[in-house]
Amino acid sequence: MNIEKILLENSTAPSRREFLKTSGMLIVGVSAAAVAGPFVAEAGAQAARGLYPDPDYHQLDSWIVIHEDNTATFYVGKTDCGQGTGTAFRQMMSDELDIAFKDTTCIMGTTDITVDQGGSGGSDAIQTDGWPMRRVAAEARRVLLDMASQRLGVPVAGLAVSNAVVTVKSDPSKRVTYGELIGGRKFNVTLTGANIDATTGVAKVKPVQELKMVGQSPQRYDIPAKVDGSLKWAADVRLPGMVHARNVKPPVAGAKLVSIDESSVRNLPGFVKVVSKGNYVAVVCEREEQAIAAARALKCNWQKPATPQLPAGSDGLFKYMRETTPKSSQTPINIGNVDAAFANAAKVVEAEYDVPFQGHSAISPGHALADPSNGQMTIYSNDMKSYGMRNGVATFLAMPREQVRVIWMEGPQGYGRTAADDAGFEAAYIAKELGRPVRMQWMRSEEQGWDTKGPAFTFKIRGALDAQGNMTGLDYTARSADYNHLGYNEPDTVLIAQLMGQRRATPAAGSSAFPNDMYAIPSRRTLLEVVGLPLIWETPLRTGNLRDPNGPQSTFAAESFIDEMAAAAKADPIEFRMRMLTAGKDDDNGFRRARSIAVLKAAAEKYGWQPRPGPNPTRGAGDILTGRGVAYAYRNQTVIAQIAEVEVNRKTGRVWVKRAVVGHDCGLVINPEALRRTIDGATQHGISRAIYEEVAFDTEKVLSTDWVTHPTLTHMDAPAQIDVVLVNGDPNPNRPDLPHYGAGEAAMKPMIAAVANAIFDATGVRLRRVPFRKERVLAALNAANV
Amino acid sequence: MSNITLRVNGRAHTVDVEPSTPLLYILRNDLGLQGPRFGCGLGQCGACTVIINGAAVRSCITPTSSVKGEITTLEGLSRDGKLHPLQQAWIDEQVPQCGFCQNGQIMTAKALLDKNPHPTDEQIRQGMAGTLCRCMTYYRVQAAIKRAAGRNV
Repeated sequence: MNIEKILLENSTAPSRREFLKTSGMLIVGVSAAAVAGPFVAEAGAQAARGLYPDPDYHQLDSWIVIHEDNTATFYVGKTDCGQGTGTAFRQMMSDELDIAFKDTTCIMGTTDITVDQGGSGGSDAIQTDGWPMRRVAAEARRVLLDMASQRLGVPVAGLAVSNAVVTVKSDPSKRVTYGELIGGRKFNVTLTGANIDATTGVAKVKPVQELKMVGQSPQRYDIPAKVDGSLKWAADVRLPGMVHARNVKPPVAGAKLVSIDESSVRNLPGFVKVVSKGNYVAVVCEREEQAIAAARALKCNWQKPATPQLPAGSDGLFKYMRETTPKSSQTPINIGNVDAAFANAAKVVEAEYDVPFQGHSAISPGHALADPSNGQMTIYSNDMKSYGMRNGVATFLAMPREQVRVIWMEGPQGYGRTAADDAGFEAAYIAKELGRPVRMQWMRSEEQGWDTKGPAFTFKIRGALDAQGNMTGLDYTARSADYNHLGYNEPDTVLIAQLMGQRRATPAAGSSAFPNDMYAIPSRRTLLEVVGLPLIWETPLRTGNLRDPNGPQSTFAAESFIDEMAAAAKADPIEFRMRMLTAGKDDDNGFRRARSIAVLKAAAEKYGWQPRPGPNPTRGAGDILTGRGVAYAYRNQTVIAQIAEVEVNRKTGRVWVKRAVVGHDCGLVINPEALRRTIDGATQHGISRAIYEEVAFDTEKVLSTDWVTHPTLTHMDAPAQIDVVLVNGDPNPNRPDLPHYGAGEAAMKPMIAAVANAIFDATGVRLRRVPFRKERVLAALNAANV
Repeated sequence: MSNITLRVNGRAHTVDVEPSTPLLYILRNDLGLQGPRFGCGLGQCGACTVIINGAAVRSCITPTSSVKGEITTLEGLSRDGKLHPLQQAWIDEQVPQCGFCQNGQIMTAKALLDKNPHPTDEQIRQGMAGTLCRCMTYYRVQAAIKRAAGRNV
């Protein structure tokens, strides 16, 4: 398989490397993938140096190629996890370049042909990385206009450009296309900027009013191939001479490998090799099903640790978290006089909240194919952070970076899972051992059991109300089980390296989180603590970034608590919030306060919210109780309010979010329809985390090993109606420099709280522990005689 | 190992494999049909769904030797270069996010509509209940099914 061909087919893009070859920019003697096999080709001087140097982001040619047929390809260092960022990049860059959207293509995240913008993460694709993309496209337009000016003998001011055709304003018959000016040749223009985010040319980006494709909703280019079966995914790569690998994981956390009985698999069909170092074990076979069978059959002698290493399930976890001394403790917010506020309070409310570990639980377990041909290492991967993987694998395998490349291809949405892309490292390690291309694929039980987890939290919150029902004090403590939080594909972050004994000297501190809101509470103290579990290495309870890493947890607690305060004050939950938002006067340069007010208002209007305190006085007399709940937060500068309308079945405990309303302000919207789908997906993900998701474990191992034991939202639970309101709450909504902020994670943030608050409204019962599975809901209803 | 003949998307293929091998691996690795996808290997998620004799079947837990009848994969839905109405509805509604599960969504929906061309909302929910999506495109999947079934959405 030829990678250029695949990338071409997948993006309908002209071949980057063909262009580079003909233009002499990059000398690629052989395509490593084309000569794959159980051998290593002669390593010449060039191969020793490495075939895969970094593209130079200070060269315009690294970002944009204009072809002779007057089309363009954009090369960006991002990866599209399924929200259509590639389409959005094309819209933004087409506008700045003045070329038709349909005449462009976009190649992403392949380390030797796209500049290192870090891959994806933090919902920053549009917010941060979109800027250098816009600026380099504007610079390319400026350079092309200069060239056209010389060609046509007319000053730039006398030229017009549209759809990649430059015309003389006074005589439109005089024209030249971008393709005629530079097609197939290099710009040779140097850019400036202290880092890749700051990359810029001389040209300025256009004011918002001059953008044409931005704000429209062209269909996503990646979707047709996803519905007709023609897309080649990272999971689909097959190379001549390749073999299949499967892992054998320790049976219990903290187990040590004593010995392997290779005779248990040596005579199985297709057996190639057992690969093992430290506590890492994998089996390699010629065919996939053979590798699965061999991994199941391999007899290993494991020594269990003297005492079990994990807390006793979530109950044991929360108890441990409350009782243990934190690894770190900080008070980032301490304003007013909290103690006085509580001493003078007319009413004090106290509550504790718990959020368990939740899995990333991608629809496909981790996978990658590594090809060691030519003494190099090529990894075909869906790693959202392909650049981090390239660096990490080079370090892990002690290879020069220039000999390692990661070719990013589409894969299952992982929400941060591939920030520790275990399968890619494993495939590369085994491929280097064998000298053959190796495809590593995790199994479902392995993925569910050993994937990275969103950190568990416990919260303790107190609130003070004065006699008028105003919130005068907040005392908030959050504890996360997040010590040794994973990084970004560092060698000691991935499981294979941990199992082989690699440790960093100082484990990552991890993080806790305070509520992201703009409430003007006069006295406020937040204490953030991180606890460490007894086992922090080689553990199935590794914590990693799961879609807005700490936000859903902290927002669940904080926004549930605000709802409890509103109920205690006998106030409408939106009016209560609005009062505290409007009481504040300070705002930042992104107008977050003003936009918070606008978003909450827009959601309430869309829902048809009638003010009243909870719980619902007309919740229903039959088995089905109905209620509504609101929650609000911001993530960076993206502001979001969500309203859930629920039905709670008092006979079964089942919760159904019948309707969800989302107010969402992320500034300048690039593609409204793609954004709406991103938001409604994240909203349903929030519902899934609210009512289903929890990693079960005992003192030895994770017990959530499939979709029954780690349930997720299904078609049965989808809301009957989701209304997304895209808000532009900027005080000057038409300003020409309106920024574009992030989306994706933000719409995950308030939903768990919105569901909890709706359940309270429907039943009068406050659920303070996630998830709200029907058994737990029913028990709570029964305890309250509902 | 033994020779097994499979009829897939209108063509016959003979493969020499261990008969108990799940059909999924034969389709993906031997026949190069990668529309069906590995998601769980347990028959729980639906990503591997193919249609055999009109029924949506989980190919990850179907022994190849047990297959009797014509297999249709995602690649086999289009006719004469024209997308199946469900596939077109999927594009019109812009359903997929990452898209990894969408083979299962589309193939399960096809089997559903072939048996019941005008399903109610509840029948759609129940018919699709076992087909999981971690991008949570459920709302859009259901809209696309209604569109393909000729309902206003």
